[in-house]
Amino acid sequence: MVGIRIRTLLMALGLMAGGAQAEEAYIVLQSTTSTQNSGLLDHILPGFEAETGIDVRVVAVGTGQAIRNARNGDGDVLLVHAREAEEKFVADGWGVERFDVMYNDFVLVGPKSDPAKVGGGTDIVAALKAIAQATAPFVSRGDDSGTHKAELRQWKEADIDVAAASGGWYRETGSGMGATLNVASGMEAYVLTDRATWIAFGNKGNLEILVEGDPRLFNQYGVILVNPEKHPGVRAAAGQRFIDWLLGEVGQGAIASFRLDGQQLFFPNAR
Amino acid sequence: MLLILQGDAELWAIVLLSLRVSLMAVLISAVIGMPLGAALAVSRFPGRRGVIVLVNALMGLPPVVVGLLVYLMLSRSGPLGVLQLLYTPTAMIIAQVVLVTPIVAALTRQVIEMLAEEYSEQLRSLGVSRLASVPTLLWDARLALVTALLAGFGRAIAEVGAVIIVGGNINHVTRVMTTTIALETSRGNLALALALGAILIGIAVAVNALVSAVSLRAEHEGLTHA
Repeated sequence: MVGIRIRTLLMALGLMAGGAQAEEAYIVLQSTTSTQNSGLLDHILPGFEAETGIDVRVVAVGTGQAIRNARNGDGDVLLVHAREAEEKFVADGWGVERFDVMYNDFVLVGPKSDPAKVGGGTDIVAALKAIAQATAPFVSRGDDSGTHKAELRQWKEADIDVAAASGGWYRETGSGMGATLNVASGMEAYVLTDRATWIAFGNKGNLEILVEGDPRLFNQYGVILVNPEKHPGVRAAAGQRFIDWLLGEVGQGAIASFRLDGQQLFFPNAR
Repeated sequence: MLLILQGDAELWAIVLLSLRVSLMAVLISAVIGMPLGAALAVSRFPGRRGVIVLVNALMGLPPVVVGLLVYLMLSRSGPLGVLQLLYTPTAMIIAQVVLVTPIVAALTRQVIEMLAEEYSEQLRSLGVSRLASVPTLLWDARLALVTALLAGFGRAIAEVGAVIIVGGNINHVTRVMTTTIALETSRGNLALALALGAILIGIAVAVNALVSAVSLRAEHEGLTHA
């Protein structure tokens, strides 16, 4: 008797869930500011939406916040760039599986006057050492984002304690990439940024790329489906469809075809 | 400026969503805040001064804190997560109601308190209890209360801290004027951001002018009838 009742209840719930899924043909994508600010998502998403009828609602925040939001179940798919944090997210059971999607690179941007004399270099660690030596102003995201984590790794490698310089020549904005670039532009400071956001950025002022091409500045993006076992509300079927599309020929092609000022900003590398 | 003209339909959708969210929030805040403020004005109970100070202080609620609190409530992991309201206009309305209600309540309290003093003899001679006089007082003060609503609307339409957290600034879904301005600023499109800001200010002026025209007319009619 009880068994039948529970089964009926489950069936009713299943119907409701199914109904809700058909009705809500959308997914929430927790992603980073770089993919949105550069215009990449605006370029690739219409193709997926036209093909599947699934609307992709993008919440663009720093990688750290995107991961926290996804942990809370407030997103179906995560598209971010902090490999270690992504792998931990999956290992802790919050995500199903992590896939490489695309890459680009970070660049060190700074004032044309270049007080630390780092322009033209390809060694990021040497450049950071020179900046610290010159106590030239450096602006950091300071927001636990993918770019912030990447920047801190380089400081560590340069063996410089930026926490000690915080508030002095080292300024942490605690903001997104664009807001941080605005600060750097305003005070003519050095700043580490992903290349895509930099190229798309409209307020470059007196700043230019000074250091690029260091293999340590490689910037990998990954995609993860939020685990529906942890959060039953996750739109797993639609989310998986998006991931399959993104990693497939069409999605990868769409990423490769995105250009700004004639430059390719993201390089697909799904396997 | 060219971009604004080109993106006409899109821009209008954003403007309309801004108005929809903020006007709805002000409407709900009025329904909650006005009776609350009026009741506070006419009632007498121990600790009333403290409540008044608190309501006045809540006028200065930081939007980003309200956004965070509403996010924690509406998140799938939060107590109201099952409602799936996060990243919807409804979530933005809820956050703005929290911000605007104290403003409406505090300003209503002030207006009604002055009016109640003025009318106290009359109301007492008619044998009306303090709380029962609330609807009459609100009706009589309606023109002064418009300012309270406009103050609330100004707060709602201008804030970005709360709506960007609970709305997520999702294109075509929860993107409003202030979050668009924040986005364009972060893209370094400062001229576009500034132009959007000018439009936002224009909307605020238009709404205020409209309300002022309506209340002037009402005042005029009130005078001719009396």
